[in-house]
Amino acid sequence: MSLSSKRNPLVHMEHIVKEYVLGDQVIRALNDVTLDIWPGEFVAIMGPSGSGKSTMMNVMGCLDVPTSGTYVLDGVEVSMLSEDELAAVRNQKIGFIFQSFNLLPRMTALENVELPMLYMGIPPRQRRERAMAALERVGLKERAYNRPNELSGGQQQRVAIARALVNQPNIILGDEPTGALDSRTTEDILALLHELHEQGNTIILVTHDAEVGRHAERIIRFRDGRVESDTAVAYEGER
Amino acid sequence: MFVEIVRVAWRSIHANKMRSFLTMLGIIIGVMAVILSSAIGLSAKAGVTKQVESLGSNILTVLPGAVTVGGVSRGFGAVSTLTVADAQAILAQDPDVAYVSPMVTANEQVIYGDNNLNTSIEGTSADYPSIRNVTMAMGRYFLPSEVQDASDVAVLGSQAYQSLFSGITVNPIGQIIDIGGIPFTVVGVAASQGASGFSNQDDAIAIPYTTAMNLFASGNTVNEILAAAKSPDVMDRAQLEIESTLRAMHQLAPGASDDFQIVNQATILNALSGVSRILTLLLDGISAISLLVGGIGIMNIMLVSVTERTREIGIRKAIGATRRVISAQFLTEATMLSVAGAMAGLVLSGVGTLIMSKVTGDGNLFSPVAAMASLGFSLAVGLIFGVYPARKAASLKPIDALRFE
Repeated sequence: MSLSSKRNPLVHMEHIVKEYVLGDQVIRALNDVTLDIWPGEFVAIMGPSGSGKSTMMNVMGCLDVPTSGTYVLDGVEVSMLSEDELAAVRNQKIGFIFQSFNLLPRMTALENVELPMLYMGIPPRQRRERAMAALERVGLKERAYNRPNELSGGQQQRVAIARALVNQPNIILGDEPTGALDSRTTEDILALLHELHEQGNTIILVTHDAEVGRHAERIIRFRDGRVESDTAVAYEGER
Repeated sequence: MFVEIVRVAWRSIHANKMRSFLTMLGIIIGVMAVILSSAIGLSAKAGVTKQVESLGSNILTVLPGAVTVGGVSRGFGAVSTLTVADAQAILAQDPDVAYVSPMVTANEQVIYGDNNLNTSIEGTSADYPSIRNVTMAMGRYFLPSEVQDASDVAVLGSQAYQSLFSGITVNPIGQIIDIGGIPFTVVGVAASQGASGFSNQDDAIAIPYTTAMNLFASGNTVNEILAAAKSPDVMDRAQLEIESTLRAMHQLAPGASDDFQIVNQATILNALSGVSRILTLLLDGISAISLLVGGIGIMNIMLVSVTERTREIGIRKAIGATRRVISAQFLTEATMLSVAGAMAGLVLSGVGTLIMSKVTGDGNLFSPVAAMASLGFSLAVGLIFGVYPARKAASLKPIDALRFE
């Protein structure tokens, strides 16, 4: 499944710059970021708002392309890819978990989890089986035929995690995944993420919540579009 | 994948029932306009053809022409130039003419009992029924011998019969009616033929033209001459023959203009069906425009839908939907709306044309061509007007779409 190993980083970023044009101003959201993330890591990307951590999440998740720099994801140079090729990368290499869950409201939990496999072109029966297995893994098998509005916030986030898992991605990328949950549910979700990590998944969370950060093995702090600190031994900082 | 796209489109249509229905209404009305207008066109054409044919499709009407007196044209019909001798010459000399009837016509007061009626009295030959396809409801038409003798016999049109004999239950055959002060014996009643253009044959009373000439004191001229060609195919030849016979009879020098005019029934039929064709074309044009307007309605709603579902599009793109998938989804939805509208329109207009057929008695008025055309056109409208919203949806950037509230 994965081209990377302990010797090759899963995420390899070199001199990544991301600029936005806002009116007549150019805002440099990411300023020469270089970092590596290795398979099996549990990383928290932290920083105050405006530090560039959300932009980092968008670039890392292939939702946006950097203005300059090199981004190699699982051995693939993604900064060169077309929009549809990026869609395929998101589909197969990345599982997203969002703060607001982002489930499709008119579909059942099961159908929501099936969706990434639909875009991958997996036949219906296999889709159903794998989606059911993923729901079972997050402990929501009995709610498979409920719609999101019939589920609690924690349950919705579990469905979203099942959806993120189902295509067996290289990275599970969470954007403030507990931001909309109460503290008890937050604990549950973090425990689930831990479990997934122990099963060998690479997990990257973008958060400003120190509590969440404490669960990670490695914390990368952003400030003013640069990496301010990185707890990893293989620290590569700015420049 | 296709099945899922259709299912998602169906769900979206289903989730906004009222809006979807109103969107489809544009197409429903458009399709109904196309099919019903083509039914009206078919009905009008059938009506015109039937009417003209019921009066004989191989008839040539000779009208008196412009007479020039002292260099001043008196205009067509100002003076009758046609005589009984002309009619006899046409019948005797022209091989493609089967029947001829001189026509001597005037309006007279007709009285029977307490009923009276002012109507057209038409002096004809005994061949008139063969020319005009007259069938008898009662009795008979007058005989050649009665024409020869200028007998006072009359054949009533169906309407004239009803007016004269209203409230009287008596066999009209053999009854004496008063036409312009002279007693006539009724020998027959014609079956209804329907109105044709300006004159209503059913209202008229026919008498021998010889009798009419005496009665109306018209000298030896007649109002017009009706001639029937042997078949509709030889109409043009018969027309040329009549023209040359009459020019000889009237001793017109070569190059002089005709002092008569020949009206060809086929020409009238063509002119009338030409009019109905233009009418149909006009209606079709208007209906096509209403379908187009329906299509714009679809585009409008699809654009609203794209905006409303920006977040959904963002989610789908984030988890791997390509531009093509997103665009196919919206295009499918637009096409489903238009095709569903077209189907509903077809069903409704099928019922409509059925009712029209029953009412007018014109047979099947549902035009399969119009049905296929409007279905195809609706499909095209859905696709064409769906393209822009679909492209708009497909080109949304995933981060912008996800951030959209």
